[in-house]
Amino acid sequence: MNGRTVIEFHLDARSGVSPYQQIVQQVRQALRLGLLREGDQLPTVKDAVERLAINPNTVLKAYKELEHAGLVAARPGVGTFVTKSLGDVSLAAHGPLRQDLRRWLAKARRAGLDDESIEALFRDTFRSSAAEGVA
Amino acid sequence: MSAALAARGLGKQYGRRWALSDCTLDIPQGRVVGLVGPNGAGKTTLLQLAVGLLRPTAGTIEVLGRPPSDDARQLGQVGFVAQDTPVYSALSVADHLRLGGWLNPRWDDEVARRRIGQLGLDPKQRAGKLSGGQQAQLALTLAVAKRPELLILDEPVASLDPLARREFLQLLMAAVAEHEFSIVLSSHLVADLERICDYLVVLASSRVQVAGEVEGLLAAHRRLIGPRRDPKAFAPDLQVIDESHTDVQSTLVVRCDGPVHDPAWTVEELSLEDLVLAYMGRARQQGSASDRRLGVLR
Repeated sequence: MNGRTVIEFHLDARSGVSPYQQIVQQVRQALRLGLLREGDQLPTVKDAVERLAINPNTVLKAYKELEHAGLVAARPGVGTFVTKSLGDVSLAAHGPLRQDLRRWLAKARRAGLDDESIEALFRDTFRSSAAEGVA
Repeated sequence: MSAALAARGLGKQYGRRWALSDCTLDIPQGRVVGLVGPNGAGKTTLLQLAVGLLRPTAGTIEVLGRPPSDDARQLGQVGFVAQDTPVYSALSVADHLRLGGWLNPRWDDEVARRRIGQLGLDPKQRAGKLSGGQQAQLALTLAVAKRPELLILDEPVASLDPLARREFLQLLMAAVAEHEFSIVLSSHLVADLERICDYLVVLASSRVQVAGEVEGLLAAHRRLIGPRRDPKAFAPDLQVIDESHTDVQSTLVVRCDGPVHDPAWTVEELSLEDLVLAYMGRARQQGSASDRRLGVLR
């Protein structure tokens, strides 16, 4: 059975993240958000390459890493398919968490933080709590 | 498997000027190689040596394990799209395909026709009436349908507008995904190369400044920012590619095989463009330093 193809990749040249990492992140994000589900097909290497004008090895490398992580599987001659969904369990919690985050963002803006300061504060807190093993 | 391109001490002299000197390269097959450098660095000379349009003054060059344009078989394995992607302006699109079929033993007519169809080109149209982007696409279609093992392109997108440039690179990358051949492509648009190349050669002042797998090169270079000091004094074995100093701060681009532990430095990763610029900057400084030395001698 062929699954549906649901995502298209895009690249941000100024992100400082390598193209292959960006593809990996976009697949992981789509899995976490429930956009991609088990059985769905990732764009074929040729389609992805043709759309993005990037080196085919970049796409292959990204797919290999996703395969290694057990998230997708390649069926030779057919394509690459999602074998595992991410975040099924946590998906229900997204709504309330998003609301909390919106409230927090409004609070930060009222306190006079601009976008850059908000991002910096988030990243800094995220990193230090990850380092403490809290996150 | 033999190298896509191997050069040993390769050089080309025009009159008294060396357009390319002491060039040693060993580029494996299956790569998309970006050849970058300022105008007049020797990029076109190197590519023309690789396709046999020029003969070396010094050293040797081999392409797919044989001297360039050694025989008909070799010619059939190497595709070349010259600067400004030339086409025959009086011939129609269909004439170009027919010509390609006559001249190339491995010609893939199905691929050629499919691409012309995808591009929406009218086979009866004269090539001279096509837009610059369409002419470039026609030249690329001929080169791809030749089914080369190595495709060499000299500044193929330099004269194209951004949309035509993107479309050209899309077609090129789709062809690589489908037919798996090696590419050597010169350009001074590093942003394009960043997307498509996995191997980089920086050519400046007629010499190879650095060459290697893009990933390995990026991993081996760092930018160091810290209080002003002379790198030769505190770390004589650090390979400094580029340095700039203010009254209080030093910024270095270094090649390092391990992590940099000195806490005085803020260590940053480089983009491909930073890396290229650092090597081009170094070449220019060395060039002007040797000019100054010559000036003293005179």
